[in-house]
Amino acid sequence: MTSGMLSRWLLVGEWKAHLTQAIVAIIAIALGVGLGFSIHLINTAAFNEFSAVAKSLSGQSDLQVRGTQATFDESLYPALAQHSGVELANPVLELDVAIPDNMETRGNATLKILGLDIFRAVDIAPDLIGIPAEDRLFDILADDAIFLSPAALEWLKVKRGDPLKFRVGTQTITLRVAGGLARTRAGQRIGVMDIGAAQWRLQRIGQLSRIELKLMQGVNHDRFKVALTQELGAQYVVTETTDQEARVANMSRAYRVNLNMLALMALFTGTFLVFSTQALSVVRRRHQFALLRVLGLTRRQLLKQILLEGATLGAIGSLIGLILGYAAAAAALNILGGDLGSGFFPGVQPSAHFDPFAATIFFILGLGVTLLGSAAPAWEAASADPAPALKSGSEDVALSKLATPWPALVCLGLGGLLTQLPPIFNLPVFGYLAVTLLLIGGIALMPRLSALIFSPAFLITAKSTSKAVPILALARLANAPNQAAIALGGVLASFSLVAAMAIMVTSFRVSVDDWLTHILPADLYVKTATSGDTRGLTPDEIKTLAATPGISRADFFRSSQLTLDPGRPNITVIARPIDRVDPANTLPMMGEAITPALLPKDAIPIWVSEAMVDLYGYTPGKRVTLPIGVSPPDFVVAGVWRDYGRQFGAIQMRLADYQALSGDQIVNDAALWLHAGVTLEQAIESLRHLPFGSALEFSEPGQIRALSLNIFDRSFAVTYLLETVAIVIGLLGVAASFSAQTLARTKEFGILRHIGVTRRQILGMLAAEGGLLTALGIVLGFILGLCISLILVFIVNPQSFHWTMELSLPWRELITVALALLVSASVTALMSGRHAVSGKAIRAVREDW
Amino acid sequence: MLELRHIGKGYANGRQVLTDLSYTLNAGEYVAIMGESGVGKSTLLNLIAGLDTPDTGEVLIDGIAISLLDDDAATRLRRKEFGFVFQAFHILPHLTLRQNIALPLLLNGISGKRIEERTEQMLVAAGLNGRGQHFPRQLSGGELQRVAIARALVHRPKLILADEPTGNLDPDNAHDILMLIRAEIKENGASGIIVTHSHAAATTADRVLLLTKDGLHPINTADSTISGQGI
Repeated sequence: MTSGMLSRWLLVGEWKAHLTQAIVAIIAIALGVGLGFSIHLINTAAFNEFSAVAKSLSGQSDLQVRGTQATFDESLYPALAQHSGVELANPVLELDVAIPDNMETRGNATLKILGLDIFRAVDIAPDLIGIPAEDRLFDILADDAIFLSPAALEWLKVKRGDPLKFRVGTQTITLRVAGGLARTRAGQRIGVMDIGAAQWRLQRIGQLSRIELKLMQGVNHDRFKVALTQELGAQYVVTETTDQEARVANMSRAYRVNLNMLALMALFTGTFLVFSTQALSVVRRRHQFALLRVLGLTRRQLLKQILLEGATLGAIGSLIGLILGYAAAAAALNILGGDLGSGFFPGVQPSAHFDPFAATIFFILGLGVTLLGSAAPAWEAASADPAPALKSGSEDVALSKLATPWPALVCLGLGGLLTQLPPIFNLPVFGYLAVTLLLIGGIALMPRLSALIFSPAFLITAKSTSKAVPILALARLANAPNQAAIALGGVLASFSLVAAMAIMVTSFRVSVDDWLTHILPADLYVKTATSGDTRGLTPDEIKTLAATPGISRADFFRSSQLTLDPGRPNITVIARPIDRVDPANTLPMMGEAITPALLPKDAIPIWVSEAMVDLYGYTPGKRVTLPIGVSPPDFVVAGVWRDYGRQFGAIQMRLADYQALSGDQIVNDAALWLHAGVTLEQAIESLRHLPFGSALEFSEPGQIRALSLNIFDRSFAVTYLLETVAIVIGLLGVAASFSAQTLARTKEFGILRHIGVTRRQILGMLAAEGGLLTALGIVLGFILGLCISLILVFIVNPQSFHWTMELSLPWRELITVALALLVSASVTALMSGRHAVSGKAIRAVREDW
Repeated sequence: MLELRHIGKGYANGRQVLTDLSYTLNAGEYVAIMGESGVGKSTLLNLIAGLDTPDTGEVLIDGIAISLLDDDAATRLRRKEFGFVFQAFHILPHLTLRQNIALPLLLNGISGKRIEERTEQMLVAAGLNGRGQHFPRQLSGGELQRVAIARALVHRPKLILADEPTGNLDPDNAHDILMLIRAEIKENGASGIIVTHSHAAATTADRVLLLTKDGLHPINTADSTISGQGI
């Protein structure tokens, strides 16, 4: 009880005296934990909801049979329905269909339409059964009826009986809203039709997206799956619901992990702030702790006391962080939706659920990093010999261990080595470890570096000037480098993180911009059925379009989805005219492509995105098989191109090859070059007058670029938020460490005033110290940030998202942040100084400590 | 009570300050140690308190060699048996006077009620009655040193170690403080060692010893040779 009372006295006494510093440390921890927790909650809510929606579409089936391409022939259905071991087979056609009306209000969104066999679906997916009006029960089989989920009804602003138009290729069809669905998830926008009606109206006669299977009791699922996979051959994939989950998890994992890592970086900056707060507090109270040791407090008790102080900060900060995080997650899900603008979880409406397990983990994390930040100062205080520590002037001795460069050099070296290691589970684990080690090593090297820089600066200044202020400022920085380094560390930690993130984002943005310029060489782009799965332009329409007056050249594209691995998201196959001799004319190639002379004659050349190399091992020259067409030949990888549009892999091949193999003569998009003198307006006008002109959508390269960069900026909005938080925490750190040091030097200022230094000179000295330290912190922070950004750009990004980029430095932004930091630090130093010199000089020197 | 056996101590810079020093302090005895600056007076106090270890010889408290104790055991011994008064007061600035004085009681695990009673007694004895809730910043130098003395004696230690306790005080305050130390030592039946440069301070002790390179030598405070020693 008595030791508890002593602990409380010491803790409350310290906090009462230095409440601001305690609050600053609490805010830093709260921000770090809050950010991490909110991002976790948002990601989890979005992921779970997306996963649940994806699962709800599969119903209660045991297995699903899909084609490697988007659809396959329905002749497989009767075979599977009568297959031994199968109790029930449910054929499904699933398409994303464009809605032509009110594009401006709904954007380019599509509606997912499921074509179901009502008599089969009632057993496997009863939730997806339409509810017709009581007097129109046969609507459920009607060829013009569609049943919409509540979210779709609300989104499309329609009710039962209303007509609803859809774009199918270049045609527009009208369906009738026949009612709602039995049960769907909140926010899930889907429509359900009879499968026959869907095949007919959506021009997919004889086509299915998947067949869901319910197996007979006693059938071994795994064995059945293996046997069926072998039986069906390479054109089909047999999946389970867990594959679906893995697919969803794979889709967004890199994004989620990277976001969490960035949030943890904010927590790391907070940890450093706790370290500097605690270290300076321990230095300031060095005499007090020594006295307590003399009076009989054991080393262990002192260690416990300081750790308890840190833990209290951590516990309060973490609790506030959890509350903030939950509130921020709820607000963000409400305002931004589950994907935080990234587009990974479209069409879901998740809500934040407090997750006690995650909350406990983040609480422990917050508490842990605080204890980590407190551990070194606590250990130093406890291990100090009380007798020498009682003497004044021992403050810098307390931090002398910080000047040892070896741990820092080991961290830096190890960090460098880790950059050479490959990813684990497709995640740049070692890359992030390397970033952490570089940060720790860089910060730990500061005492030595500041001594190396300020000592000669002091000697030179002392020789060249007799002015008191610069000499006093530099003398302090040169002779107490360890204390200076703690203040410097705060600037360094925040500026290096901000610089690293800014360089990474800018490099990415500039590379995306260059890439867009390269991939958009035409004057005008035309597409049908906005981003939907439904039909495009027919061969006749292609001819008509190409022959439109004013068009000098038309390249047509066919893009489709292909499943290579059921556990991974689909890859995209883009068929288009490609110059075999110089593919770089049309593709943003990475490195040299294999020339036609060196390509094998019996294989069709394909050009793959960087993700295909990483995920599927499609290296140049490799012969691969792709399930395109009935009896596809071998393909050979002729080169690698950069693709920022499709993270999960894309393959480009010549349109003629694709059409010959698949027999599919439809195209989705066209790139048009205009004759000289023909304006875009004239060309669009001509195209609109085509028979199918109303079904075409036109985009200029500039518009596409602006839209893409807008999406990019939206995706990185959360990164900017994290950068801002890092800056705020950094500034808090600067404020906390400067004010702590300045207040600890009240006696020194009193002595200076006794010997004739004016208040103005002391303030000038403090501003000079603050400015010099911050300037050095910024320069070193930039170097460290640049090193970290190299890891982010050349290791973390390629390992996470499977694309590379060129390094670009955002000088203007960096200089702005640097100046803001410089001014804030000097102002903070001045303000703390004003407070410290506001008392009487006599009282200041009389201070006991 | 205290026995110093052939103590030797040198600094890291090679300077030897204490050589083969032996002395026995009996229970209830109050001695003053004088000597030139740098002769090792404070070092000797640190060795006695177990805050430093001798290079040679040993310090025995009630027959226990303090250098043989580990840090925790030495700390517990110091906590229970020793009281300290420093030249620079060393009062914790963020604790009230009552809390500062109560520190040794808390460290010794004394219960709340007894802490209150004993702290109040010491406040009265130190002439600070009614000021228990004040903070150190509200006190003069003399008053701060009274608090330090109250803290040194509150747990009734066997040995009081005072290192230049009046070095920062004016003569009137210094006299009051010295009288308070002596009175409290005698009243509590403790032993005491006061290290001082002040002749006046030394005369309040039962015996005065001069620390030289050769060891501790009893001196007569009335003897003119004291001034010859540079004191």
